[in-house]
Amino acid sequence: MQGSTHHHSLRTDATGMHQEPFWVRCVLIGMAYVIVLGLIFIPLIYVFYQALAPGVSVFLDNLFGDPDTRHAIWMTLTVAPIAVLLNTIFGLAAAWTLTRFRFPGRGTLLTLLDVPFAISPVVAGLMFVLLFGMQGYLGPFLRDYGIQLIFSWPGLVLATTFVTLPFIARELIPLMQAIGPDEELAAVSLGASPWQLFWQITLPNIRWGLLYGIIQCNARAMGEFGAVFVVSGHIAGETDTMPLRVEKLFQEYNNPGSFAVAVLLTLMALSTLLAKVLLEHYLAAQDAARLEEASSVEGTT
Amino acid sequence: MSIAIRSITKKFGEFTALDNVSLEVPSGCLLALLGPSGSGKTSLLRIIAGLEHADQGSVLFQDEDVTLQAARDRGVGFVFQHYALFKHMTVFDNVAFGMKVRSLPKQEIHARVHELLGLVRLEGLGHRYPAELSGGQRQRVALARALAVRPRMLLLDEPFGALDAKVRQELRSWLRRLHEEMHVTTVFVTHDQEEAFEVADRVVVMRQGRIEQVGTPQEVFDHPATPFVMDFLGNVNVFHGRVQAGTAHVGPFQLAYDDYLHDEPRQATAYVRPHELEIERNPSSTASLQGTLVQLNPSGAVVKVRVQLDEYGIELTVDVVREQWQVLALRAGDVVYVRPKSARVFMPSAEYSI
Repeated sequence: MQGSTHHHSLRTDATGMHQEPFWVRCVLIGMAYVIVLGLIFIPLIYVFYQALAPGVSVFLDNLFGDPDTRHAIWMTLTVAPIAVLLNTIFGLAAAWTLTRFRFPGRGTLLTLLDVPFAISPVVAGLMFVLLFGMQGYLGPFLRDYGIQLIFSWPGLVLATTFVTLPFIARELIPLMQAIGPDEELAAVSLGASPWQLFWQITLPNIRWGLLYGIIQCNARAMGEFGAVFVVSGHIAGETDTMPLRVEKLFQEYNNPGSFAVAVLLTLMALSTLLAKVLLEHYLAAQDAARLEEASSVEGTT
Repeated sequence: MSIAIRSITKKFGEFTALDNVSLEVPSGCLLALLGPSGSGKTSLLRIIAGLEHADQGSVLFQDEDVTLQAARDRGVGFVFQHYALFKHMTVFDNVAFGMKVRSLPKQEIHARVHELLGLVRLEGLGHRYPAELSGGQRQRVALARALAVRPRMLLLDEPFGALDAKVRQELRSWLRRLHEEMHVTTVFVTHDQEEAFEVADRVVVMRQGRIEQVGTPQEVFDHPATPFVMDFLGNVNVFHGRVQAGTAHVGPFQLAYDDYLHDEPRQATAYVRPHELEIERNPSSTASLQGTLVQLNPSGAVVKVRVQLDEYGIELTVDVVREQWQVLALRAGDVVYVRPKSARVFMPSAEYSI
C-alpha cells in the first residue's frame, strides 16, 4: 500500500514537470516543425521538384544519357562497397584485438581509431596526395611498380575507406566488450578452431551490430565528398563519383542534370535510412520477445 | 588423470595473482580450491584449463607437460561461473558443439547428447534456448556440454555461486553423486567453505596467491594450519594472550604450547570454535569465564548463544545442544559461565622466527 502511494506521488510529480504553460509548448513544438520543414523537408522536395520538373523522360535522360554521369554512378557503386568490405574486415579485426587482448599501446590505438572522425576529410585527402602523389614521398616509388593511387580509382577507395574507418569498429567494440569473452573461451576449451570460433560463436553474437555498422558505413561512403574531391582530381568519366558529379554539373549551370544525380543519391541514402529503421524495429521487437519469453519462463518455474 | 602444478607464478601488472604455487591433484579426486576473492583460485583453475598462461612454472597432466599446449588441445571440460552458454543455440546444439567441431558422425552426436541430457535430467528440453531455462537448468546444460567431449578432467569456476540456496543444495549433492559415478578428476573453485567441505575429497585453502593448507575436509577443519585458515573457516571466537615457556596464557585459562619454550613472553592468539565452548550455570573450574547471555537463536539444530564477557569486553558465540539448552533453561539476560573445552593457539609468524 505504501509503495503504491509513493508510486502515485511520483507519477503526479512527473506529469507536473511537463505542465508548461500552453503558449510555451506551442512555441517549442512549432519551432521543431519549422526547423524540420525548413532545413530538411522543403529542400528535399525542392531537389525532387527541380529534377522532375522537365518531365520523367528528361530526368532519366539526364541520369543515364550522359556517359560521364553513368560512369559516376558506376564509380560510386563500386568504390562504396569495396570501402565497406575493407572496413568490415578492418572493423572486425580491430574490435577483436582491442576487446580480447591486453597489450601495451592499446589505449593509444583506441584513440587513434577516432582520428578519421576528427580530421577534416579535405585534410585527409590532401594527406594522401602528399604521400602517394607523383610529387609525394611514395608516389614515384609506387609508379615504378606500375601503381597509381592518386587521380585514379584506387585512390578513391583509399580515401573513402580512411574517412569511414571508425564506423564498424566503433559499433563493435562496445558490443564485444559487453558480450565478454566467456562464450568464446568456452568454445575454445570445447576444441573449436579459430575459424569455427569466429563463424559459429563470435559472428552470430555480433551480427546485428555488425549489420548496423555496415549500413552506417555505407551511407557515409556513398556520400563522401571532401577527401574524394582532393584525391580524385575530378576527371569526368574517370574518377568522378556521384557527389563530385553533382557539384560539377551544378558548376556548369546544368541544374536539371545536377538535381537528377542528387535525387538518385538521395534515394540511395533514404533506402539506407529505411534499412536502418527497419533493422532497429526488428531488433526492438526481438528484444521485447526475448524479455517476454524469459519472464514467462520465470513465472512457470 | 592426475594434475601437477609446479611453481606457478602469474602476475597481472603489479598484482601477483599466483606466487610460486605447487599442487598435486590425484587422479579421480574431487578437489576444492577455497579462498576469498583475489586469492588466485580462479587464476589457477584457468591456468590448468589453458585459458590463462602462467609467467613461470609448468602444468602436467599425468606425465605430459601441457604448459605450452593450447586450451583447445587440452581436453578439459570447463564450466564457467556464469555458464557461458551459447545464447543463439538450443540446448541440444550447446551440448553437441564440442562434438560437432570434432566432426563426429551425426548419429553418434545425437545419441550422446540424449544420453547427457538424461544424465543432467533435462530430457525433452533440447529444443529450448538458454534464455528459456532457470539458473539451475542452465548450470546443468553447462555441465553436460563440458562432459560431452569426454574430457580428461572437469574444471568448475564457482559452480553454484549464482543459484539460490535450495537449488544450490540439490546441485551440490548431485555433483557429488555424479563424480562418484564417473570418477573423472574434478577441480572446482569456491569461496564457500561449507560447499567445499560438503562436496570435495580434498580442500586447498588459498590466500593472496599462495596455498595455506591442503588436506581432507576433516584435516583442514580439525587441524587448521594457520590463523588465516582458522579465521576463514568462519564462526570462531578469538582470544588474545601470550605464550611463555611452553604454556599459553589466555585470560584465566592456560594451555600447553610446546612450539615455544623460551622464557621471554610473546603475544599469541587463541581460536575457539563455538562448539568447543561449554556453557554452565555455576563455575566448574578456574577457567570458567563469567558473562551475560545477550541473545539466543534456537532456529537451527543447535542453539546459537551470544555471551558478553564484561571483564574482557568481548562477545562470544557458543553452540549449545538443544537438550542442554532445555536443562539449563537459558534466557537472555542470565548470568552464565563459559568454559573452553579446547582451543588452538597461533603465534604471529614474524615473531616466531627469532
